[in-house]
Amino acid sequence: MKILVTAKRVEDPESKIKVDAAGKGIVKDGLKYKINPFDEIAVEEALRLAAKHPGDVVAVSIGGKEVHEQLRHALAMGATKAVWVNHEGPLDQMGVARLLQKIVEKEKPDLVILGKQSIDDDQNQVGQYLAEWLGWGQATFASKADSLDSENEKNKVPGVIVGDGAKTVDVIREVDGGLNRLRLTLPAVVTTDLRLNQPRYASLPGIMKAKSKPLEEQTAQGLGVDVAPKITVTKLSMPPARKAGIKVPDVATLVTKLKTEAKVV
Amino acid sequence: MATVLVVVEAQPDGQLKKATLNAITAARQLGDVHAVVLAKDASALAAEVKDYVKVVHAGSGAHLEHYLAENWAPAVADVAKSINAEWVGAAATQQGRDLMPRVAARLNAAMASDIMAVNGATLTRPMWAGAVIAEVTLSTPVKCFSVRTTEFALADKSGGGEVKAFAPAATGQTHAQFVEFKEVKSARPELTEAKIVVSGGRGTKGDFKEIEALADELNAAVGASRAVCDAGWQPNDLQVGQTGKVVAPQLYVAAGISGAIQHLAGMKGSKTIVAINKDAEAPIFQVADYGLVADLFKALPELRAALKAAK
Ligand SMILES: Cc1cc2nc3c(=O)[nH]c(=O)nc-3n(C[C@H](O)[C@H](O)[C@H](O)COP(=O)(O)OP(=O)(O)OC[C@H]3O[C@@H](n4cnc5c(N)ncnc54)[C@H](O)[C@@H]3O)c2cc1C
Ligand SMILES: Cc1cc2nc3c(=O)[nH]c(=O)nc-3n(C[C@H](O)[C@H](O)[C@H](O)COP(=O)(O)OP(=O)(O)OC[C@H]3O[C@@H](n4cnc5c(N)ncnc54)[C@H](O)[C@@H]3O)c2cc1C
Repeated sequence: MKILVTAKRVEDPESKIKVDAAGKGIVKDGLKYKINPFDEIAVEEALRLAAKHPGDVVAVSIGGKEVHEQLRHALAMGATKAVWVNHEGPLDQMGVARLLQKIVEKEKPDLVILGKQSIDDDQNQVGQYLAEWLGWGQATFASKADSLDSENEKNKVPGVIVGDGAKTVDVIREVDGGLNRLRLTLPAVVTTDLRLNQPRYASLPGIMKAKSKPLEEQTAQGLGVDVAPKITVTKLSMPPARKAGIKVPDVATLVTKLKTEAKVV
Repeated sequence: MATVLVVVEAQPDGQLKKATLNAITAARQLGDVHAVVLAKDASALAAEVKDYVKVVHAGSGAHLEHYLAENWAPAVADVAKSINAEWVGAAATQQGRDLMPRVAARLNAAMASDIMAVNGATLTRPMWAGAVIAEVTLSTPVKCFSVRTTEFALADKSGGGEVKAFAPAATGQTHAQFVEFKEVKSARPELTEAKIVVSGGRGTKGDFKEIEALADELNAAVGASRAVCDAGWQPNDLQVGQTGKVVAPQLYVAAGISGAIQHLAGMKGSKTIVAINKDAEAPIFQVADYGLVADLFKALPELRAALKAAK
């Protein structure tokens, strides 16, 4: 089974993000970058599936040369090949999905696994656009039937379950009010939620091997995609901080405050 | 005036999901609101919605019995085209998040997710787990959006809408099939609709008895941090935060939760926040109106008893 995964470069989720003085971007000084946590989960799931259903795992990232770091990370985890779409400048979800569509048409994977959202833009859109434009089925917010502390997880059992003859996959999805199970005919698009798996660490031999794995370069122009953004960010700002609160010495004081000051009980 | 189409969502029991009414309030700021209801038989839900909008498009069909993006997106897009909608949106529930980008793709529309405010054609939305607020404009002829329900009031009845029934063409799609829905039933109020939420974190070590007892005393919903849901201590559905539910109750009680930005993203809009944590330096205290440095296993029963006595 051939699987394509995405490896977007984002700010470390632990970073403190600040808007710049012009309100046009964020302050980049001192920021660390990582693979989008949801994409790391996508890579892990693809590797587990590939361990059972052998085939290539191709990692794709769109951005400037710096995204090689995220591609190398995916390769060090175990992906077999990387595709770098060399692109500087703004992109929106439609642009990303159009580029991925072209790569999918070239690579012809059986399954595409993306993160459900990027932790910078938080849009949660690309997988769904891609599925529609490919005319494929989609299963967003893929999760595991059991918890991340379970034996299945310790034994690296994939949460995405491949059917007989590798014609379908079953996906458990986190939805409002419970869990939903969908069956998709392959090829299909899956997007990951947090509880699908616990990504492995890249081993030292993995990191060494990654250096010699193939990294192919593409461009938007070469792929024939117009990526002019249709979304314009006109202004960025920081939300107003909450008014500083107080510490209460004991439960009795807390109850009094809730009754007489906040009037919420 | 622009025409806006809102996708109506049903609860598992078929009743109207309240989040739709928050989405209608947002949509009213963009133009004349139409709604689309899709179901095996859409008539009852359409009748319920018609008082809130100008026209309800009620699409019934056997293939619409279970929600599936692949069957719903074409039906929604067809209605949008037939009424020349400039805007198409839904509440940013899990269903709305799954469906709307697929609808947008079909309409070649750009989309803004989780909108928090509307100002003319400028939409406000969160980024970086709400650490940044962005104002965005969309330049495609048709534009899509999903609505952060905590930022818009429930719509009131505007009266006098009409229902137009239609039969969405069966899509014949075979690449996605509904297998099952395992509902996590709870007798407590729905997390996103409750006036009070009591949440527990890793500090509970998985023991939610005191969290639940306080919630029941206050007729509150129970919430949780990611750490709790990852460990399988509580269902996923209770996770509050950047990647879980966004809540804004009158009172939010966080016990044994450290206050990571990803958790704050889901609750910092609450009117009053109480934090109970044994670590006086925990970041949750920076957003709490009232902070109590204490062991939750001691403080929660005391709090419950004191609230009961004060009734
Ligand atoms: C102020 C601002 C400035 C920006 N500047 C730039 C810029 O200089 N250069 C630039 O390239 N973009 C830029 N962007 C675009 C932005 O960072 C996103 O890459 C783009 O809008 C895609 O949206 P998303 O990641 O939120 O989509 P989502 O729908 O949240 O993402 C879902 C999934 O799509 C996949 N995906 C998304 N983007 C990529 C990618 N690039 N490569 C591989 N997989 C991906 C990931 O798997 C992700 O998990 C800017 C955005 C803003 C708001
Ligand atoms: C991409 C991404 C998305 C995420 N999305 C979310 C999200 O949607 N929601 C979310 O919640 N998190 C999310 N997280 C995780 C987040 O970063 C934190 O790891 C998580 O919120 C921590 O949960 P916690 O506060 O319960 O645990 P901890 O951070 O371990 O905190 C436990 C707290 O309990 C206190 N404590 C311990 N024992 C007691 C006691 N007996 N009495 C009182 N206090 C006690 C400790 O002092 C500590 O402050 C996300 C992370 C990433 C990377």
